[in-house]
Amino acid sequence: MSVVTATLPADPGPDEQEIRSRTGRFVSLRRVRGMGIFLIGLAVIMVLPFGLKVPSNLSAIFTLSEPPSITVPNLVQPVRATSIGLAIACAIVGVILITRKSSRGSYLIFSFGTLLFLWSFLVWVGRGTSLNFVSLLAETVIYSTPIIYGSLSGVLCERSGVINIAIEGQFLAGAFLASLVASATGDVWLGALCGAAAGALFGALLAFLSLRYGADQIIVGVLIDAFALGLTNFLLQEIFTDHPNLNSPPVFTDIAIPGLSKIPVLGPALFDQNAIVYGAAILLVVIHLALFRTRWGLRVRAVGEHPTAASTVGIHVLQIRYTNVILGGVVAGLGGAAFTIGSYGQFTSNMTAGLGFVALAAMIFGRWRPFGGLGAALLFGFSISLVSFIGVLGVNIPSPLLAMAPYLITIAVVAGLVGRVRPPGADGVPYKRE
Amino acid sequence: MTTEPIAAPAPAEDVTLPVLTVDGRGGNGDGRGGGGGRDGSTGEVPLYKRLLNRLVEANPTVVTILSIFTALIFGGILIDVTSGTVVHALSHIGSHPGRALSLTCTTVLDAYGAIFSGSVLSPTALGHAISTGQGWTGVFNPLSETCVAATPLILAGVGVAIGFRTGVFNIGAQGQLIAGSIVALYVGFAVHLPIGIHLPLVILAGAAGGAAAGLIPGILKARTGAHEVIVTIMLNYVFLNLLNYILGGAPFQLPGQTNEISQKMLSTARMPHLFGSTLRVNLSFVIAIAMAALASWFMNRSTLGFSFKVSGANANAARTAGMSSSKVTILVFAISGLFAGMAGMATLAGTNFFLSSGYGGTIGFNAITVALLGRNKPWGVVWASMLFAMLDVGGATMQVRTGITLDLTSVIQATIIFFIATPMLVREIYRLRSTGQGALQLFTKGWSG
Repeated sequence: MSVVTATLPADPGPDEQEIRSRTGRFVSLRRVRGMGIFLIGLAVIMVLPFGLKVPSNLSAIFTLSEPPSITVPNLVQPVRATSIGLAIACAIVGVILITRKSSRGSYLIFSFGTLLFLWSFLVWVGRGTSLNFVSLLAETVIYSTPIIYGSLSGVLCERSGVINIAIEGQFLAGAFLASLVASATGDVWLGALCGAAAGALFGALLAFLSLRYGADQIIVGVLIDAFALGLTNFLLQEIFTDHPNLNSPPVFTDIAIPGLSKIPVLGPALFDQNAIVYGAAILLVVIHLALFRTRWGLRVRAVGEHPTAASTVGIHVLQIRYTNVILGGVVAGLGGAAFTIGSYGQFTSNMTAGLGFVALAAMIFGRWRPFGGLGAALLFGFSISLVSFIGVLGVNIPSPLLAMAPYLITIAVVAGLVGRVRPPGADGVPYKRE
Repeated sequence: MTTEPIAAPAPAEDVTLPVLTVDGRGGNGDGRGGGGGRDGSTGEVPLYKRLLNRLVEANPTVVTILSIFTALIFGGILIDVTSGTVVHALSHIGSHPGRALSLTCTTVLDAYGAIFSGSVLSPTALGHAISTGQGWTGVFNPLSETCVAATPLILAGVGVAIGFRTGVFNIGAQGQLIAGSIVALYVGFAVHLPIGIHLPLVILAGAAGGAAAGLIPGILKARTGAHEVIVTIMLNYVFLNLLNYILGGAPFQLPGQTNEISQKMLSTARMPHLFGSTLRVNLSFVIAIAMAALASWFMNRSTLGFSFKVSGANANAARTAGMSSSKVTILVFAISGLFAGMAGMATLAGTNFFLSSGYGGTIGFNAITVALLGRNKPWGVVWASMLFAMLDVGGATMQVRTGITLDLTSVIQATIIFFIATPMLVREIYRLRSTGQGALQLFTKGWSG
C-alpha cells in the first residue's frame, strides 16, 4: 500500500512457514491451524452447555425493530436446535481453517467462526426470554466510539514515530473538561471543543517532553496517565462535590439520518446516533485519506519510518511529529468527550477504566491503519455492551467475572490473534537532528 | 591517548563517573583518555574544585536532588496561589511588601513543616516528651507510620526497578500485588499452624501468588510478542475484578456479611510488631529492607542478575553472548511479580489483616514512580519510597493543620517524577554541565522490543 513500507525489506521472522499475506500481516500456517482448533473447541461449548444442557422447549426471542426503522417480525429461535446447528457450522469453519494451504484471508474466516459462536452465545443468554438485538448493536456502536477515537489518535501519533501511551489520560482529561464546560454553558459543542483542547494539552506535554527533551515516550505517557487520573480525581472532589450542577451536562441528541435509519436492525444502530459517533466515522475516512492519499500523509509516514531519510529530503521531522502528537491529543480528547457528553453524561472517577489501552490494542490489531482498528474496536464495544446486557437480563454469571471479559479479549487479541505486525520503523525512537 | 589508564593518575575524577550511570553501562577504558589529557595538563586538581565540578554537572544525584527541589518549589507556588490570605496579601504588595513576602514564605514553610512533623519528627512532641518523660510513643509514631507506608512501596518498587533494568516495563504491579495478597490471605485464614510455620508460609504464598501473576505477561511476551504495557494493564483490571469476585462469596467473604470484606487473617499469620503494640511498624518493614538488599545483591553480584542487566542495556549483545531473551523475559516478570506479590502480602499481614474492594490503592502506580526516582537501583528505591511515604503520611497532617488538601502531595510526587523522567529539562533549567548522553536517560523499548 504505502510507498515507504513497500520498499523496506520484509522482516522474515523466525518461523520457516511464515508468509507475507497481501495486506502485510504475517500469519504462520501453524497459527491458522491453531485458529481452526480453537473454533472446534468453541463448537464443543456450543453443543454441550449451550445446546444439550438446555431444555428442548426453550426459545430465545430477538427483537429486531426499533422506532426509526420499519417494523420486522421478531426472530424466534429454539435454543437447542439453533445452538447445535451453529456448532456444526462453526466446526466446519474450523476444519476449513485446519486444512488450508494458504493463510490468506484466514482472519476473515476465523472472524466468521467467532461470529457464529457469539450468535449461539446470545441465543443461550436470551433463552426463555426476549433480547433487544437492535439496542445491543446500538450500544455496541456507542461503546466502540471512544475506542475508535483512541485508536485513531494512536495511528496519528505512531505513524509519525511517537508512541502515545497517554491516550488513557487524554480520554480522562477530555471527558472531564467536556462535562464541566457543557454543564456550565449548556452547549455540548463547546464542551466537545474543550474536551479536544484538554486532550491537545496533554498531547502537547507528551510532545514537549519527548521531542524537545528526548524523554522516553512510554514513561512520559504512563506518567501523563497517572497525572490525569490524579488531577481529574482531585478536581472531581474539589469542584463537583460542592457543585453537582457542574457535572450534569447535556448530551448530544441522536440525529436520525433520513432514509438510512429506516433500514431494519442496522438502521437504528448505525444511522440514529449522535454527532460524536458520526464524527468518529467521518474522522476514520478523513484520516485514512489524509494518511494514504495526500502529500502530508506521505510525509508523516516517511517521518515515522525513517526520519533521517525524511530529513534529508527537506521534511521537518520534529514539526511533523509535534503536529501529529497534538492532533492525536485532539482526537483522543474528543474520544474522552464521548464518555460524558456522548453517552452517560456525568463524569465519574476513572470512568475510562483502561479503554485508552484497549484502543492501543485495537490500533496494533489494525496494524496502524485507521480502518484496521475499526473491527477490533467494534469487538471490544460489543463485549462491553454484552456485559451490560447480560447484567440486565439477570443471567447467573457474577458481574465481576463478566466485567473481566473485555480485558481478557484484549489480552487474547494482543497475544494471540494479532500475529506478527510491524510497527512504523521509527516508532518510539527519539529523533535528533545531525 | 593514554594507553595504560592505571599509569595515568589524573583521570581518577572521570573514572568514577561510569559507576554512577543509571544503566550500569560502566566501562572505564575507552574514550576516557581525552578527558584525562584535559585534566592531566593542569596537574593536581584540588579536592574542593573537583567537588564543585561534580555539583554543577548533570550527574544523576544532582539531577535527582534538583528534581525534588524544583517540585517542592512548584508545590510551594501552588500552595501560595490557592491560599486566599497569601493572594490577598500579594494584591497589597505595594503598601505592605514585607507582610506579603513573609506570608508567601511562612504559608509554604508551615505546610512543609507540617509534612515533616507528621511524617518524621515533631519538635513540639519531642520537647514535651523530654520535659515530662512521657509521650514517647507520640514522638516515634510519625516515623513508624512512614515506615508502614513505605513497606509496600519498597517491595513493589524494587520489583518494577528490576524490570526496568532488564528493559521490560511492568505496569502490572497492582494486579500482581492483588494476586499475591489473595493467595496470602487464603493461607492466612484457612490454614491453622503455629506462628513459626504459618507466617513464613504466608510470606511464601504472597510471593508465589505475585510471581504466578507476573508469569502471565512474561510468557505472553516471550512466546507471542504481546507488548507488556497493554497486557499488564489489562491484567490489573482482571485482578481487580477477581478480587471483587472472591469478596462476593465463600470462602473468602467474612461470614454473615453482605459487604465486600474478606475474612480476617488468623493471629498466627500476622507480622509481629517491632517496638511494642502501640507503634504499627512491624516485621514487614524489615522484610522489605532485606528484600531490597537481596535484590541489590542479585542485580550486582549474581549471574542471572548480570544477564538481566545486559539484556536491558543491549538486547543484541545479550543475544550474541548466548543469553536466551525469552528466558530472561519470563524470569524477570516472575521476579518482578514476586516482589509485587510480597508488597500485597506485607500490608495484609502487617497492618490490614483483611482485604476489601480496591485493596492496594495506587501502590502499583506509585511503585513505578519510586522505581524511576530511585534510578532503578534497590537502595535508591528504598530512599525514594521513604520520601514518598513521608509525603503521603505527612500530607494528612498538613491537611489537618493547614487545611491544604492532601492531593497536593500527589501533585508534588508527580512533578518530581516528570523532572526525573526528563533530566534534559532539569539540565537546561539549572544550566548544568553535560556528562555525555546515556548516563541519565531512562529508556524502555518500543512495540517491537
